[in-house]
Amino acid sequence: MSDVAAEPCNRRRRCGMGRFRMPAALFGVLALAGCEEPRQGGGWECVAPAAAGGGWDLTCRALARTLQELGLAPGMVRVVNIPGAGGGIAYANAVAQRRGDGNVVVAASPATVLRLAQGQFAHLVETDVRWLGAIATDHGVVAVSPDAPWEDLDALLSAWRADPGSLTVSGGSAVGGQDHMKMLLLAREAGVDPLAVRYVPFDGGGEAMTALLGGFVQLFSGDVTQVEAQVEAGNLRVLAVLAPERVGGALAAVPTAREAGYEVDWVTWRGFYVPPDVPEERYQAWIETLREAAGSEAWARELERTRLDPYFLAGPEFEAFVEAQVREFRALSRSMGLIP
Amino acid sequence: MSSFSLLLEGFAVALRPLNLAFALGGVGVGTVVGMLPGIGPINAIAILLPVIFAVGLPAESALILLAGIYYGSQYGNSISTILLNVPGTTSSVVTAIDGYPLTQQGKAGPALATAAIASFVGGTLSIFGLVLLAPLLASWALRFGPAEYVALMALAFAALSSFSGGSFPKALVATGVGLLLASVGLDPNSSVARFTFGELRLLDGLDFVVVTIGLFAISEVFLLLERTGAGEAAATRVGRVGLTMKELAFSGWSMLRGSVIGFLMGVLPGAGGTVSTFVAYGAEQRISDREGTFGKGDLRGVAAPEAANNAAATGALIPLLTLGVPGSATTAVLLGALMGLNVTPGPLLLERNPEVFWGLVASMYIGNLFLLALNLPLVRVFVRVLSVPRWILVPGIAALGCVAVYAVNGSVFDLFLMVGFGVAGYGFRKVGIPLAPVILGLVLGPLMEKNLRRALALGGGDWSVLVSSPLAVGIWGVTLAVLALPLVGAMRARRQG
Repeated sequence: MSDVAAEPCNRRRRCGMGRFRMPAALFGVLALAGCEEPRQGGGWECVAPAAAGGGWDLTCRALARTLQELGLAPGMVRVVNIPGAGGGIAYANAVAQRRGDGNVVVAASPATVLRLAQGQFAHLVETDVRWLGAIATDHGVVAVSPDAPWEDLDALLSAWRADPGSLTVSGGSAVGGQDHMKMLLLAREAGVDPLAVRYVPFDGGGEAMTALLGGFVQLFSGDVTQVEAQVEAGNLRVLAVLAPERVGGALAAVPTAREAGYEVDWVTWRGFYVPPDVPEERYQAWIETLREAAGSEAWARELERTRLDPYFLAGPEFEAFVEAQVREFRALSRSMGLIP
Repeated sequence: MSSFSLLLEGFAVALRPLNLAFALGGVGVGTVVGMLPGIGPINAIAILLPVIFAVGLPAESALILLAGIYYGSQYGNSISTILLNVPGTTSSVVTAIDGYPLTQQGKAGPALATAAIASFVGGTLSIFGLVLLAPLLASWALRFGPAEYVALMALAFAALSSFSGGSFPKALVATGVGLLLASVGLDPNSSVARFTFGELRLLDGLDFVVVTIGLFAISEVFLLLERTGAGEAAATRVGRVGLTMKELAFSGWSMLRGSVIGFLMGVLPGAGGTVSTFVAYGAEQRISDREGTFGKGDLRGVAAPEAANNAAATGALIPLLTLGVPGSATTAVLLGALMGLNVTPGPLLLERNPEVFWGLVASMYIGNLFLLALNLPLVRVFVRVLSVPRWILVPGIAALGCVAVYAVNGSVFDLFLMVGFGVAGYGFRKVGIPLAPVILGLVLGPLMEKNLRRALALGGGDWSVLVSSPLAVGIWGVTLAVLALPLVGAMRARRQG
């Protein structure tokens, strides 16, 4: 019986049936539904380091669809969910068990880099994998309620500078997470002491935005895709987009922080890494595949669906970019006393 | 245009043959995934999503299908809870308190029928609420800040004595254990690891499914093994299948009260279904348990939480559709689905996609009828599980538990944890410590902690922030009243005695 159950999974992770051998075939069938473990060899895989339905999962599914549609992949691209530890389980899995496997990419974002910079993946570091590239992006925003007294970013920041304790910021990530970090970067650039920034973490952007709508906080730190609907409905006013250039859609009229004279970007990229020791020619081939996918019509449609902006950075440039991000996050986290 | 004529148009959308088929298919799939502990509606929806995108279904049809799975699963998850004492989700844990004793008394049929009808009542009433009150409630939800949530959690904790199963100190011990378990993992505010011992797999904390299955199902396996060895009957008595009108009337008010509580709490993002079942059961026990039958197999103890968790599921759609804020993990996946279908949930949904909103609402009326028609006759089939001989049932429960736990993260580590909790649960039962309060602590602990810390951060460390709004003060007042009520009753009883 346990053979039937273990067949679609693999040797590393059995379905847990060995411990309780049971005589009903029904349960073997159920077990198949529960096992989303990679099979060895064969087709390509995209690992989403979170449960189905989240950002990384959507990134993987969009990539899988695009590669299949363009015929860039040999057959179907499997999306495998390995949730846990904010991406840490998938990271550890790639490092320890997929070493040299050229058929798998793992979805990542600045959240991954941030956790690596803060040492949250146990002993693992950013150089344990090979960073491949990013193919879409979101951007950070600073929003206030429509009746807030500040006309623009300048007015807000001078008020903030005058009395840092008077403003509270809500965001969808924990203290030290992405939404906190982008406000710290802005505060530092604006001459506000990062240690005086009052940040209140919520469970996701939605709850953080509700706190702003309910008047419990004065500032909201999030991403463009989170706020678009509320901006259109007139519930939120975005003072600045943390992007190198203006974004389109509902926020087309919103200036960037750079336009106001503050050199702060927050590029919430969606990208991938590959396991360590992947042969150089496979790595190069992946870069070309990504480049082709990112330039395609099919990908443009995926971007429209997810409301993300086009973005492309791959290979050595991307590796350098990630490395610089790790350094910056680490320094900032250290100066904030978040890590030793 | 009035809501009523819009609703009629919604029915025109929902009654299209294709949409009717999707509603039926959705609730059918929902019932099945709800029955299987651990699988849950999230996985079913996530699996179906790519298919839906690929086929290019119209948004309203897709939403009718997905919502059907979502609320249909709330019907299904009472089945394994009542029959086998295996709650697959935290929102059905409370149902086990009275549901399983009913099964042991040979009243599994009436219990399942009550659960199905309560689910129907909760689901249907809350759709009325959704139609009539959605905009009003959305603004009500906005007034709930961290301080108000803290008061609300305190109210839920005040329901604790209803779960004591006789000994209040033991219930306190159980809650304490739950709170301690809840503290494992990343500190929700600052991401500092607590009690993880450097183990990456503990960073996310203990999953509810792992703890619930371990404490309830695996400990049940140990108990069954023990009893079977002691020469007890080899199978549970199936007993009477039908529900009498008298029994239905008996639990009718419980269903209504449970629906109201569930709906109101469902509307609040984050508070959700599980908390509402605890509050509904607590309220019901206080209001109607005059004979002391709650916890020993009382149909009202099944009716109230089942009505509540279904009503909460519908209530949770309100912040999703009107604010664009998902109130639970499943609605978060639904949010992603809507965005993918080019429907932006939020304040403009009613203006821009009226056919989606009203079509969904109308289909939910129909879907709930389907569910009732599907579930009542099936009670007859489900109770057959009990006539399965112990030598198949016991390993079957163990296997079902393992599959459920493995399905969550695909982690063998979780299976070991589950067995550990099974042993602990067996020990608890042996010394008479009730299990439900452990889950109460585990669910409420993090919510209370996060909101307390948020409230204090907002108030700059000043505790008076907790009573700074009339709403918060009101909830604290109710909490105190709930705590004082048994004391008053006891004093009166003493005076009379």
